Amino acid sequence: MKAAPFDYVRASSAEAAVEALRGGGVALAGGQSLIPLLNARSRRPRVVVDVSRLPLTRIEQDGPALALGALTRLRAAETSPVVRRTVPLLAEALTHVGHVSVRNRGTVGGSVAHADPAAELPAVLLALDAVFSVLGPDGTRVVAARDFFLGRHRTALAAGELLTGIRVPLPPSTARHGLAELSRRPDDLAITAVFTSVVLADGVVADARIAVAGAGPTPIRAGAAENLLRGRAPTPDVLAAAADAAAAATDPVDDVHAPAAYRRDMAAVLTRRALREAVAG
Amino acid sequence: MRITVTVNGRTRSADCEPRRTLADFLRYDLGLTGVHVGCEQGACGSCTVLLDGATARSCCVLAVQADGSDITTVEGMATTSLSPLQESFRRHHALQCGFCTPGMLAVATELLRDNPEPTEAEIRTAIAGNLCRCTGYHAIVTAIAAAARGGDGGSPPSPPEA
Ligand SMILES: Cc1cc2nc3c(=O)[nH]c(=O)nc-3n(C[C@H](O)[C@H](O)[C@@H](O)COP(=O)(O)OP(=O)(O)OC[C@H]3O[C@@H](n4cnc5c(N)ncnc54)[C@H](O)[C@@H]3O)c2cc1C
Ligand code: FES
Ligand code: FES
Repeated sequence: MKAAPFDYVRASSAEAAVEALRGGGVALAGGQSLIPLLNARSRRPRVVVDVSRLPLTRIEQDGPALALGALTRLRAAETSPVVRRTVPLLAEALTHVGHVSVRNRGTVGGSVAHADPAAELPAVLLALDAVFSVLGPDGTRVVAARDFFLGRHRTALAAGELLTGIRVPLPPSTARHGLAELSRRPDDLAITAVFTSVVLADGVVADARIAVAGAGPTPIRAGAAENLLRGRAPTPDVLAAAADAAAAATDPVDDVHAPAAYRRDMAAVLTRRALREAVAG
Repeated sequence: MRITVTVNGRTRSADCEPRRTLADFLRYDLGLTGVHVGCEQGACGSCTVLLDGATARSCCVLAVQADGSDITTVEGMATTSLSPLQESFRRHHALQCGFCTPGMLAVATELLRDNPEPTEAEIRTAIAGNLCRCTGYHAIVTAIAAAARGGDGGSPPSPPEA
């Protein structure tokens, strides 16, 4: 199908983009989610505001955080030595987002704003307590990942707001990560995926982060499972208990890809695998 | 909106509606029908072209977004003869109807540029987003591997197990 007609504005600055978005426009970044929706006429905006040329493309260590511009291409982030060195879990997760052709065009901000519950990036950023910079008519505000994802394709971004940047607190150098993803083909959108980051000290878990994608209306942070791990040795029984706690925190629904019960079971299986990978270091 | 792009080394200007995808712009406005359109949903990969040197699904790019960029379609891959990769596809029977072929060639071109000696698993991952309804992929993988080895004859693909 072909998209319904719309007006096209190429934003010359982030402020100009906000101005154009305020009048009812929709932001176009890499287009890898939006253009299929336009082509299918699932979305029929009056104005498309092209933000893809805005110079919000930095990839830098900024003090104790990794700073990413919202318009950073997924492929640029994935292949960046800075990302690999500072937040290896993010670099590895990015290799699972679509295919190279999709990552060549898609942006980190677009993936976050699209807020697909099965997407890798929102879940990883939730696990790592990332914060998002949002520019609106009244200036910039900062929203924690925890408060950002509100539902299936629903975020804290108000109409007329532009996501401009992402800050990811650097995990300690002793952190080890693990991820496990179930999908039909390599690089397809996940059915369910789990992302973990674990710090071990003297044989016990000092800190654990677990987020599950594809098992609820938003990515889910498995707080109870994290608490269960802290202060304990990561024995198989402890990991299994944490995996069950993570699955209990999910809220999946039946859809064409998988029944809810299957996704919940997979959340446990994948959590166990991801934790095992992380603690094996 | 008037846009100017360089396609296969030639500068081309044309008017187009904002909603025109790059795929339709290349096919209908510039007559480059080697850009195949299967799904218009980013799902099949047949419309893949090289956009400023990197593969892109041209159904998921607006033509107005590509203003000022450099594009290579399958028409630009061969000069007076087939490119080594195309020749390898021909030699190894890596196409039947040919619908997926332009997209396969684009992703294989990018793969071999970034990773000149890919493993079979890496080749399979690289083409995983490109659907082929005819070949069963085996001959495509063989052709890409043979091209990576410098376009030697290689062994023809073994027939499937009976
Ligand atoms: C074949 C295929 C496979 C895919 N596989 C995966 C996968 O495995 N995992 C995955 O997570 N995704 C996958 N995707 C989806 C897509 O890759 C991502 O959602 C991502 O690339 C979108 O980023 P974008 O820059 O292309 O956003 P766009 O498509 O341009 O925009 C997406 C949405 O975000 C909004 N938006 C974009 N940027 C901003 C901004 N800065 N501020 C405010 N709003 C903004 C847009 O208005 C729109 O609503 C796949 C897509 C395709 C076509
Ligand atoms: S036509 Fe573009 S991906 Fe199918
Ligand atoms: S050769 Fe027919 S679709 Fe691939």
